[in-house]
Amino acid sequence: MNLPNAETLFETLTERIKPVINANTAIVGIHSGGAWLAERLLPILGKDLKHGILDVSFYRDDFNERGLHSETKPSQIPFDVQDKHILLIDDVFYTGRTIRAAMNELFDYGRPASITLAVLVNRGGRELPIAPQISAFDTELADSQNLQLLRHENGTFYFTLEENT
Amino acid sequence: MQNPQLTNDGELKHLLSIEGLPKRILNQILDTAESFVGVAEREVKKVPLLRGKTVCNLFFENSTRTRTTFEIAAKRLSADVITLNVSTSSQSKGETILDTIDNLTAMHADMFVVRHAQSGAAHMIAKHVAPHISVINAGDGRHAHPTQGLLDVFTIRKYKPEMHNLRVAIVGDVLHSRVARSEIHALTTLGVPEVRVIAPKTLLPQDVEKLGVHVFHDMKEGLKDVDVVMMLRLQNERMAGAMLPSSQEYFKTYGLTPEKLALAKPDAIVMHPGPMNRGVEIDSAVADGSQSVILPQVTYGIAVRMAVMSILAGN
Repeated sequence: MNLPNAETLFETLTERIKPVINANTAIVGIHSGGAWLAERLLPILGKDLKHGILDVSFYRDDFNERGLHSETKPSQIPFDVQDKHILLIDDVFYTGRTIRAAMNELFDYGRPASITLAVLVNRGGRELPIAPQISAFDTELADSQNLQLLRHENGTFYFTLEENT
Repeated sequence: MQNPQLTNDGELKHLLSIEGLPKRILNQILDTAESFVGVAEREVKKVPLLRGKTVCNLFFENSTRTRTTFEIAAKRLSADVITLNVSTSSQSKGETILDTIDNLTAMHADMFVVRHAQSGAAHMIAKHVAPHISVINAGDGRHAHPTQGLLDVFTIRKYKPEMHNLRVAIVGDVLHSRVARSEIHALTTLGVPEVRVIAPKTLLPQDVEKLGVHVFHDMKEGLKDVDVVMMLRLQNERMAGAMLPSSQEYFKTYGLTPEKLALAKPDAIVMHPGPMNRGVEIDSAVADGSQSVILPQVTYGIAVRMAVMSILAGN
């Protein structure tokens, strides 16, 4: 598969997100790729938008198998989640388990009016009744493949695609 | 010999003592604790990490702060918590510690938090338990109190992030203090360049210099230009022996007053593990003053204990 250009996809994602933003929207990026995307989206969508970061480590469903990741980052939701329209951002949508964890964590901050999920790539393979409403690119990858969003030092994005061994 | 606290992969399995733990693990605990601080500020102050796990707090010796913060920490991780004050229960009927442990294991306990007057009690339990169980030392005799040492360095890191640039003084009864021992190991492992102890000769262990500290007997010299003053509790029972003349005399020489604190750096922070003896090792004006971080220590203690429990449960 030819890897899509991450910067082109970012532009597509931005255009698709713009129509859903309103005064009561708050952007929440999932650590780490989703948080990078949210960081770049913010100045485009409006600097006054409420925004935050989630690290879902404490809500993962594989804690018993894998334990805690050594690089847990604090979640930062510096606004009242109650009655907000949350725009949840992640880089690659796969099984849906990260999003399940993120939604559980969000509800521990309050009761949002709605949650919309926007992702750069929907790579197929979901295992839960959870799917992104907005994605810049849809594809089907094999379970053995690992698609990752990375960031250059200048802040621009690129993808790597690896075969899991 | 392999460190009994670590798994074969070098990950933390039990927390018994800070001595011998690599810097990597201390930093992992402190970084994870950072993520737990925010949980206490949310609408729902809980995360589901230890859901379905049972944590047993076994306190063979009295404690209010440590027991309560361990209990809150386990509850905020969604564990089921049982706290046993064993001094008032089956031990008085003659049951051995290991029999108590075996009975609680038969009730499917997953983690033991142990406070005991005997040094080495937590080590003994850690050697005895089944492989899926973790043990946390919540203070054993004069030996160690690792979570106190960790919450102290966490607090220091919060207020003075440049650890490699600090001068820290530990003041008081180092001889009988498991807290002091854990603090010294944590500070030196994390690369604090100058750790001082200030105490009369009778309250210092022999060869204390071997722990990598600078020894002072005079507060005026010892407090000069320090960034952090860590006070220790003077245990009243020490007065009964020949170690000290009187608590008034001790306060005059080693009690932390505003005048003595003025010798430290102007932005120095003051810490105390509690419970405090006001007017013995610390003046109320200092304990309640603007440089005191004694209550933040308590708050951070919960996040640090959450971090330790969740790391152990995952390994």
